[in-house]
Amino acid sequence: MRVLWLQSGGCGGCTQSLLCAEPRPLFDELRDAGIEFVWHPALSQESGDEALQVLTDCADGKVAFDVLCVEGAMLRGPNGSGKFHLMAGSGRPLTEWVERLAAHAKWVFAIGSCTAYGGFSASTPGNPLEACGLQYDTDEMGGLLGKAFVSGGGLPVVNIAGCPTHPGWVVDTLEKLALEGLQASDLDEYGRPLLYADQLVHHGCPRNEYYEFKASAIKHSDLGCLMENLGCKGTQAHADCNVRTWNGSGSCLRGGFACIACTEPGFEAPGHPFQETPKVAGIPIGLPTDMPKAWFVALAALSKSATPKRVRDNAVVDHPVIRPSVKKAGK
Amino acid sequence: MKRILIGPFNRVEGDLEVSLDVEGGQVVEARVNSPLFRGFEQILVGRAPEDALAVVPRICGICSVAQSAAAAGALAAAAGLEPVPNGRLAQHLSQATENLADHLTHFYLFFMPDFARASYVDRNWYPSVAGRFTALKGSANPAALVARANFFKLIGFLAGRWPHTLAIQPGGSTKAMTAAERIRILAVLRDFRAFLESTLIGDRLENFVALDSEEALRAWSTGRAGDFSSFLAAAYDLRLEKTGRASDHFMSYGAYDLFAAGLWQPNVTVNGLNEAKITEDSRHAWMRDSSPLPPAIGQTIVDAEKSGAYTWCKAPRYAGQVIETGALARQVVAGHPLLRDMVLRHGASVTARVTARIIELASVLPAMERWVREIVLGEAFCLPTILPEEAQGVGLVEAARGSLGHWLSIKRGRIERYQIIAPTTWNFSPRDSEGQPGPLEQALVGLPAGEGALPTVQHVVRSFDPCMVCTVH
Repeated sequence: MRVLWLQSGGCGGCTQSLLCAEPRPLFDELRDAGIEFVWHPALSQESGDEALQVLTDCADGKVAFDVLCVEGAMLRGPNGSGKFHLMAGSGRPLTEWVERLAAHAKWVFAIGSCTAYGGFSASTPGNPLEACGLQYDTDEMGGLLGKAFVSGGGLPVVNIAGCPTHPGWVVDTLEKLALEGLQASDLDEYGRPLLYADQLVHHGCPRNEYYEFKASAIKHSDLGCLMENLGCKGTQAHADCNVRTWNGSGSCLRGGFACIACTEPGFEAPGHPFQETPKVAGIPIGLPTDMPKAWFVALAALSKSATPKRVRDNAVVDHPVIRPSVKKAGK
Repeated sequence: MKRILIGPFNRVEGDLEVSLDVEGGQVVEARVNSPLFRGFEQILVGRAPEDALAVVPRICGICSVAQSAAAAGALAAAAGLEPVPNGRLAQHLSQATENLADHLTHFYLFFMPDFARASYVDRNWYPSVAGRFTALKGSANPAALVARANFFKLIGFLAGRWPHTLAIQPGGSTKAMTAAERIRILAVLRDFRAFLESTLIGDRLENFVALDSEEALRAWSTGRAGDFSSFLAAAYDLRLEKTGRASDHFMSYGAYDLFAAGLWQPNVTVNGLNEAKITEDSRHAWMRDSSPLPPAIGQTIVDAEKSGAYTWCKAPRYAGQVIETGALARQVVAGHPLLRDMVLRHGASVTARVTARIIELASVLPAMERWVREIVLGEAFCLPTILPEEAQGVGLVEAARGSLGHWLSIKRGRIERYQIIAPTTWNFSPRDSEGQPGPLEQALVGLPAGEGALPTVQHVVRSFDPCMVCTVH
């Protein structure tokens, strides 16, 4: 399976993240799964004219490839000219290259939230960059390729959203495609692969005991649940970060800071400071999506009143001050 | 005279186009174009000040932690706050992990593949170097990728994930290291040391850092196994120690309480850094013209049709001078004898820039081993940040690629102005109002170019380890 990769209005962090793939070295793993790069801007040998030739041949349909991976938002400005990113050496807007190449790709993958939905790049006040995702403007279908776009393989753009994406999300999606294909039923309502988007960041969160008892952190570095005060959206964000984990054993929550729901369209402009939970009458808005609010409030009140001292005290310090008690057999 | 356009200039972070005027097979003038504009400074205006910590890492996927650290520094200055000692050590550890991993990525994935080009097929070092460093396929890649991925586990422990962590805060770090994590982090560091010593350097890190002259380096590398010595053999053959000189004015903001801040040029003692002497000039950028402005009152207003402009990058200058920044600058300012000797003999060069990165790998890792031990378990990792409604702050840090500054102004509790000068903005800056070309533009003059020329231009451009996405924040 041949993969062509382009970068535009983004930070390149999804490629940098991808290089952290584990446990096998990325290049070996992809090769042995039958996946090769036709060209990748950060990794390939070909530069300048040689690279332009590869891209031109692919865009003209002379050289076949399977997957077009695009990393970074599509910058259509100023005034629809695409001049905010003319691809080096070509003098043509990168958006034009993407349109030409997408017409020949069997599958088109948006790598990261900028590419999927516009992300931070589309978040400048008034969006002077005229930035958008490949097939979305934030949560509305459209984007560069348009609502009706379907690639040669019969799918809309596959949105491997995340800021950045987890290396496993990209590798697994490519490998699933190589192994057994991808169907519309493998994607969620925003085009994200269900292999990671059928879960919530909340699942497997090591702070779950604090969540259960609503024992909340009140300042940075506290061990308690980050939902009530510090802006955490793990109960609403679709991703398997706390099950899969990042860079070995990490995740945002494990690192002590809030999930800002970076796999969701519009995460970049939440309408409140990222590290504060907006509240109405002392109750956080943005509660878990599939739970009636009144129940949540009632359960929270009940669990708060039942919170063990250990959980309550440990929630507001940066290292546990009370250990779980040890009971000896038969006592 | 003939104009050659090179692009897409790949194996750099982001997109890059280089335009060369060539006469008689040599570059007579170079212009560097950063062809992508991103607008991050505007994204920040109007947001809550601490939102910068969530926004700025996304400027750059390769120096994300450095961006966090610069924002945390600017916010801490605005709040009149110093991070607690544990928090500072945790910040240093995450930042150093990123810097060293970047040096590794640069060497193996971005820089060395150019020596595997067919132009060098008749060189005696070619077969082994091509086998080892060809892009994507070289035999060096698997072990380098595993070493890199394993090293980033330190950030997994101390900052949740890489890139784009929110762990780094003005008052320290959101993650307190546990006793068990200390043991595992030390194991991560031993693993990385083993890779550096066995595969990249071929010697104890301490022996390598102790080299104090170019002569000593040559003697040390002769016949030595290790990927860095393979580079040196090719580089000496191609005389890259005499290739790629820019302005030879170096600047560093200082790093980790380990490397001093200041300015240095050959035969001039180190001068202190006066941040007030930094200005940005937009004469040749697609930005509205103004006199060169200090970043504290700087502006970023797009003018995409401006005549005479050829890049989205402004031209930062220090007291009007063209400045080179990066690992070499950091090491000559800090006074490393080997790198000072190399620059005194030949000026900055491809070889000196690459050697400086390897010196940093070898000198910073032992410091990291120390910092992990210096963390006092049980003591605080973070202080709360209380920001005034009106304040200014400057955050100056060293990213892998050099000096990174954030200038923040808060008004009525919101970000009123946010200006960023990234390392590659210095190194790949265009001409300024005085017509002075930027460092890379100077370094390319005189190099062979055109039909049949050796890929020297490729080596010189990548010797700066450019990060274009930062440049055009």
